[in-house]
Amino acid sequence: MTNHWIDLKNSDCILIMGSNAAENHPISFKWVTKAQEKGATLIHVDPRFTRTSAKADIYAPLRSGSDIAFLGGMINYILENDLIFKEYVINATNATFIVGDGFGFKDGMFSGFDEAKHKYDKSKWAFALDEKGAPKRDMTLQDPRCVYQLLKKHYSRYTVKNAVAMTGTPEDKLLAVYKAYSATGKPDKAGTSMYAMGWTQHTVGVQNIRSMSIVQMLLGNMGVAGGGVNALRGESNVQGSTDQALLYHIIPGYMPTPTTAQPKLEDYLKLVAPVSHDPKSMNWKKNYPKYAVSLIKSFYKNAEPAVGYDWMPKLDVGQNASWLVLFDEMLKGKFKGFFAWGMNPACSGANSNKTREGLTKLDWLVNVNIYDNETGSFWQGPGMNPKKVKTEVFMLPCAVSIEKEGSITNSGRWMQWRYQGPKPLGDSRPDGEIIAELASKVRALYKKEGGTFPEPVLGLNWEDMTSAHGFDVHKTAKLINGYYLKDVEEKQKDGSVKVYKAGTQVASFVKLLADGSTCSGNWIYAGSYVGPDPKDNRSAKRSKDQTPAQAAVGLFPNWSWAWPVNRRVIYNRASVDATGKPYAPQKPVLAWNGKGWDIDVVDGGGNPGSVHPFIMQVHGMAQLFGPGLNDGPFPEYYEPLDCPVSSHPYSPVLHNPTALTFKGEKAAVCDPRYPFVCTTYRVTEHWQTGLQTRWQPWLLEAEPQMFCEMSEELAALRGIKNGEKVWLENERGKLWAKAIVTKRFKPFVVQGNIVHEVGIPWHFGWRFPKDGGDAANLLSPSVGDPNTGIPETKAFMVNVRKA
Amino acid sequence: MKLSRRGFLKLSAAAALSTAFGGIGFALKPAAVDRIAMLKPDWSKQTTTACCYCAVGCGLIVNTALSGTKRAINVEGDPDHPINEGALCAKGASIYQLAEGTPGLPNPRLQKVMYRKPYGTKWETKSWDWALDRIAKNIKRDRDATFVTKNAQGQVVNRCDGLASVGSAAIDNEECWAYQAFLRSLGLVYIEHQARI
Repeated sequence: MTNHWIDLKNSDCILIMGSNAAENHPISFKWVTKAQEKGATLIHVDPRFTRTSAKADIYAPLRSGSDIAFLGGMINYILENDLIFKEYVINATNATFIVGDGFGFKDGMFSGFDEAKHKYDKSKWAFALDEKGAPKRDMTLQDPRCVYQLLKKHYSRYTVKNAVAMTGTPEDKLLAVYKAYSATGKPDKAGTSMYAMGWTQHTVGVQNIRSMSIVQMLLGNMGVAGGGVNALRGESNVQGSTDQALLYHIIPGYMPTPTTAQPKLEDYLKLVAPVSHDPKSMNWKKNYPKYAVSLIKSFYKNAEPAVGYDWMPKLDVGQNASWLVLFDEMLKGKFKGFFAWGMNPACSGANSNKTREGLTKLDWLVNVNIYDNETGSFWQGPGMNPKKVKTEVFMLPCAVSIEKEGSITNSGRWMQWRYQGPKPLGDSRPDGEIIAELASKVRALYKKEGGTFPEPVLGLNWEDMTSAHGFDVHKTAKLINGYYLKDVEEKQKDGSVKVYKAGTQVASFVKLLADGSTCSGNWIYAGSYVGPDPKDNRSAKRSKDQTPAQAAVGLFPNWSWAWPVNRRVIYNRASVDATGKPYAPQKPVLAWNGKGWDIDVVDGGGNPGSVHPFIMQVHGMAQLFGPGLNDGPFPEYYEPLDCPVSSHPYSPVLHNPTALTFKGEKAAVCDPRYPFVCTTYRVTEHWQTGLQTRWQPWLLEAEPQMFCEMSEELAALRGIKNGEKVWLENERGKLWAKAIVTKRFKPFVVQGNIVHEVGIPWHFGWRFPKDGGDAANLLSPSVGDPNTGIPETKAFMVNVRKA
Repeated sequence: MKLSRRGFLKLSAAAALSTAFGGIGFALKPAAVDRIAMLKPDWSKQTTTACCYCAVGCGLIVNTALSGTKRAINVEGDPDHPINEGALCAKGASIYQLAEGTPGLPNPRLQKVMYRKPYGTKWETKSWDWALDRIAKNIKRDRDATFVTKNAQGQVVNRCDGLASVGSAAIDNEECWAYQAFLRSLGLVYIEHQARI
């Protein structure tokens, strides 16, 4: 989230799309309701009428996978009716930038496509630069090659008629949403977006969110109270685990994983530090060398940074090691050993049969979990003959959250400290303890026996993660914050010199250095643990002290700690004009008092008007034109890879030409055997694969088994009655469910034809309870977004018949 | 009978408690009316935590017995927490059962290290030491066997290609950090988790 949960109450219009927040993030509705009580309009756009829809002022149904038609139509509506917040668009976005001659768009394709590789040459989309190297701008927005004009041209095809044809949304509903939402383009109004996996799990997942970001930029809704683009993250620490980079493509603090294109540290530091030739662009990433070197020192504090860098694994250039690729490689037998730590991929990954088959190719599997599950027990699952499965399996019991101490980071970037209640049950242990002890045993083996390239294994900084009793959460939290490795002298403004002694915690990331004299395990967390004692642990703060202005917008700066630097609304600099005056004086999140900034921690610092507001962008501007993405600088409409249509009105290109696909994965396009759109979702009483919640009778009683929601019309068509057992099937798998025949689903009219959609929850698995059903992902395709590799688990095709 | 709201809550809580805890066999079996006494700090400790489910980050208070079972007695919403102000959804309100199971029934949680040998047809119970020793040996054997110092183009990669990991968004920041550092020190690049999917 760019904003935070309480901030939802400041909104004038809330668009929930790609999310069923009332059921899956129920407490968010405390704040959504507060906004409604103050007069805000709540909009829900979703294939199914849910409890979120029931609370909404406007509900608009939409066929799964057609979001860009809907949102592209909104962009067009805003531009055609000139509803933009012009001052904001000119000063805070790249609307004025001139795009170079290499960029073009024709028939659904951007310039620079390599047919053989299915990839774009993104250098074709570069901005035109002036003699100093800064982007050329047209402050009047008239130049036909400026971003604003290119945007206008691109979305001129996104008419209401086309949107209605593809989404199946009734025209009056569509226009009602456009009208209500675009009313937040007034300077003192704020609209916010709440989304979840309904937007991300598509082969155009990133572009769905980009579409909304463009809407937000045009309306001036970024960085303001009650605004933002807010991802409602689904796991308690999925923000933190992403920040700490349990992902192949980044290392902690959102820096890219080194590749063979950066053989030496100096090459890497050049890569991560972009150069701006605009004096008003802070270009914050220019500081990344300090963060990268401090990170390397946190890993290997006794090695020179250049040596520590050599020890880090390098990806081949262009190598994709993301989830779907990982399981594809597993199926081919690439891996000997595999850890499924606190995860249940046998149910959570797309195309579960493929995933489960992959597990049989391993020599050994370590599964750490709270309950027995479909992954640890895969060898005795449906269709498996244990006597033919070679995989050696270790299932290790771990503690539950209330049995251990440590921090998690919520969707609003609040790092919250948790304390230990009871001790871990039975032989279960906190995950950190298991990790540290396993690592200590591996090190002992390398010490004793030697082995291949032992230096990084033996050199890793366990000293700062463990104490005599094993894993030490406080020491690790302090390492993540960072500290001085040597005495460091700092010149003060008055000419005096301040000395930070070696061993002192750094106060924030501005203190980090690129010469190896500081370490920090994650620069965005620098400032979270600023002294030697637990009282210096800011994530544990529980004070509700706030100024009246902070109270007015629900900002609690002394409760927990938010990254970065306790800033609660990121990009907040965009909420004020060049003199520091808030655009929304009735609910300011930032204001200049003549000497300094009040309310929130300002993005960037300095006087009003001195810097461009979007400091993490090299040019300081929000990107209406986003030349960094793999599938184009503007979102373009493409159908899901499994889809019920053979064409669409936007171009002759049916699917995202850059989507991540795999040999052998069959797509169903207008396939009469699989005529119905299927989507997946969650219910309040279960969580993710249901691994934890299915074992709890209080929750299982409410939602005991797999179901399939369908419209009365589809049920009549297939002779299915409410409560009857049905089969869902496609090329990938087969699944039974209890039919829920409901008015919550209605058939869509798509290009003049009736298209039925059904929905299934993904909480069930064969392991428990008996007769509970199996994983929804048995049916979902292993195809993914070209930027992130997220699987397209929200829109695929199935058949449904009476069992 | 006239009852104040507080008095009513006390009574209904006591009734619920006598049902919920009937027959669980606490070392200290408080009379149902003694709920308030039961929650006193000399009998139980109170700790704050944040919910383990979605990422709203609701605050909770955990009451843990200081004697007897030393297990959690109650888990409820933290009324001081500025986001949830004491409220919880169905899942958050069930965290007691996640940790402690159903009173009177065996707790279905994994409580032992389980092992399944290659081609085996059943689980065996093992000690932590046995399992971690064996996993450590597997890691070393397969890391040493599959480690790639240079790729096909002769570029240095220092990569362990034979091991992979997924997980976890359900563990703490400090644990995540330690885990990724450990995996990267082994040379893994196939490091993924829930955030991808």
